[in-house]
Amino acid sequence: MSKTIYVPCDSSAVSLGADRVAKAIQAEAEKRGIDIQLIRNGSRGMFWLEPLVEVATDKGRIAYGPVQTADVASLFDADFTNGGDHALSLGLTEEFDYLKKQQRLTFARIGITDPVSLDDYLANDGYRGLDNALAMSPADVVKHVTDSGLRGRGGAAFPTGIKWNTVLNTPSEQKYIICNADEGDSGTFSDRMVMEGDPFVLIEGMTIAGLAVGATQAYIYLRVEYPHALVALNAAIDKATAAGYLGDNILGSGKAFHLEVRLGAGAYICGEETSLMESLEGKRGLVRFKPPLPAISGLFGKPTVVNNVISLASVPIILDKGGEYYRDFGMGRSRGTLPIQLAGNIKHGGLVELAFGLTLRELLYDFGGGSATGRPIKAVQVGGPLGAYLPESQFDTPLDYEAFAANWTVLGHGGVVVFDDTADLAAMARYSMEFCALESCGKCTPCRIGSTRGMELMDDIIEGRDLDKNVPLLRSLCDTLLNGSLCALGGMTPYPVLSALNHFPQDFGIDHQADIA
Amino acid sequence: MTDSSTMLSTVQAIAAALKDKPGALLPILHGVQDALGYIPSDSVPVIAKALNLSRAEVHGVISFYHYFRETPPGKQTIHLCRAESCQSMGSKQLEGHVKAKLGIDYHETTADGAFSLEPVYCLGNCACSPALQIGADIYGRVSPELFDELIANTEAAA
Repeated sequence: MSKTIYVPCDSSAVSLGADRVAKAIQAEAEKRGIDIQLIRNGSRGMFWLEPLVEVATDKGRIAYGPVQTADVASLFDADFTNGGDHALSLGLTEEFDYLKKQQRLTFARIGITDPVSLDDYLANDGYRGLDNALAMSPADVVKHVTDSGLRGRGGAAFPTGIKWNTVLNTPSEQKYIICNADEGDSGTFSDRMVMEGDPFVLIEGMTIAGLAVGATQAYIYLRVEYPHALVALNAAIDKATAAGYLGDNILGSGKAFHLEVRLGAGAYICGEETSLMESLEGKRGLVRFKPPLPAISGLFGKPTVVNNVISLASVPIILDKGGEYYRDFGMGRSRGTLPIQLAGNIKHGGLVELAFGLTLRELLYDFGGGSATGRPIKAVQVGGPLGAYLPESQFDTPLDYEAFAANWTVLGHGGVVVFDDTADLAAMARYSMEFCALESCGKCTPCRIGSTRGMELMDDIIEGRDLDKNVPLLRSLCDTLLNGSLCALGGMTPYPVLSALNHFPQDFGIDHQADIA
Repeated sequence: MTDSSTMLSTVQAIAAALKDKPGALLPILHGVQDALGYIPSDSVPVIAKALNLSRAEVHGVISFYHYFRETPPGKQTIHLCRAESCQSMGSKQLEGHVKAKLGIDYHETTADGAFSLEPVYCLGNCACSPALQIGADIYGRVSPELFDELIANTEAAA
């Protein structure tokens, strides 16, 4: 009987050799006359074990990892296609603590199915949300999303249902759905994992959004740095179209929904929704004034829903199981689950999807296992390059939008980048200013020019020049950026800069807290 | 046909195929860069005419986006991640090694035309930092030794 073997196609797994391992397994099986079916699944999100090879057995999937091509022959010698013991044996995948402790709603299928198999998707609860949505009125679909408490997972955390409701109630002959897949934040990869590991869930979520607000055309604005995601999305779109899930008449409902992937071109600012729409229109990605809100006048001046990948990929389960089911996870006003990305200097980096409420400390040590280097964790940047650096004293903050905001920190898109005690936070603050200068669209003066002045100021501070003058000047500059920028790039660059200064003054050559007031 | 007229006919064909898409400029620029490796300055008037835009508008878009390049790249382009996650795992040291090994800085091409070096701000491989990309292939947990090996393999394959 044919044995089913899984080798992830996720680009992080590929970056560690998964393609070569898959080829070697195929070749070795042929050489030995063993009949195998090799499936390229998504990643389970345990990247210290990638490439993670799994074998289907009667007891469940048995995992081996991290597997390199040199291990393949010995795996066959150990009869791994029947779950045989080997030095790389990890046991049943389902029994891994890292996975068992998670609450995977949005990531339910990722790592389990063949990402571009529509049959796999349907056999694992796929398109049940769309079936329900087709039987409802648009207002009821929106109500489920509103009731779920889902807030924008791109970082701004705006209630998704309220945004959809505005578009639903804005009359127009043409409306658009845009998926913001310009996941530019360092330390984040959950969007990428969804697009590579379960593209149909995003397509389904976007289709439901289209039905809910009356939009017939949609775009996925994908960053050019994600070539594997592009291939997976286009393959899934083709299959969904061929099977009648996309096109002029979705599942015979008489409703149309068309979807196209568009590539960005390496501009971080195009993750900002108005800049993204300018880019989609074929222009420089200059940030627009708001109002008008995109929900009223967005792409090509039409009412437009712009949602992050994770927001849209969370919609199918909400429509499948109901808004209340999703809302019952989480704490306070942060409902549902957040796919957290553990990155940087961390032993067990990967994807952890959990209800809101876990503390950062639990995440860093219970899941992450401490730093990769084994040294003490000095600081953690949460929420991407515009997120604050948190010192150890803030590690007990629960993952909750409001609890983070109360600390002058942000949860953002859920990226957690860990630094050990060799990190120099003054150098990181300088980098934040440099990044802002590189990526500024140029519309607002504080961001366009202030970032370059900030970089020069940081150079002076790092050199120890006139700290008593330059540190207050840096604070004043940050105040100008914070209050004088249209969007989060200029408006939030002060978060990493000032948090680094406030929590790690010694890195700035300042001995006493009093000196930095 | 001269190289220049081949180039222009390629650009014209791409522009003609894509110009009716809403917001066609980025798809056209991607098409040209995919086909030619860069966006030659001579192609700007052709693209501008196809979309009824001014040359300044097309040039403005090309220069706004880091990914679009106006000069021919080396045979392989190396994109080295400079973002925070990679910095937390020693990308600064890797950056120093890469620049010394290739003898070039960012936005430059080696004298033999083999490699161009570009910075990138996140490849989404942050649980396997530091990361880089050579051509279309992405690599994680890249040490200076691994980089030397990758470069040697790329040169051997060329």
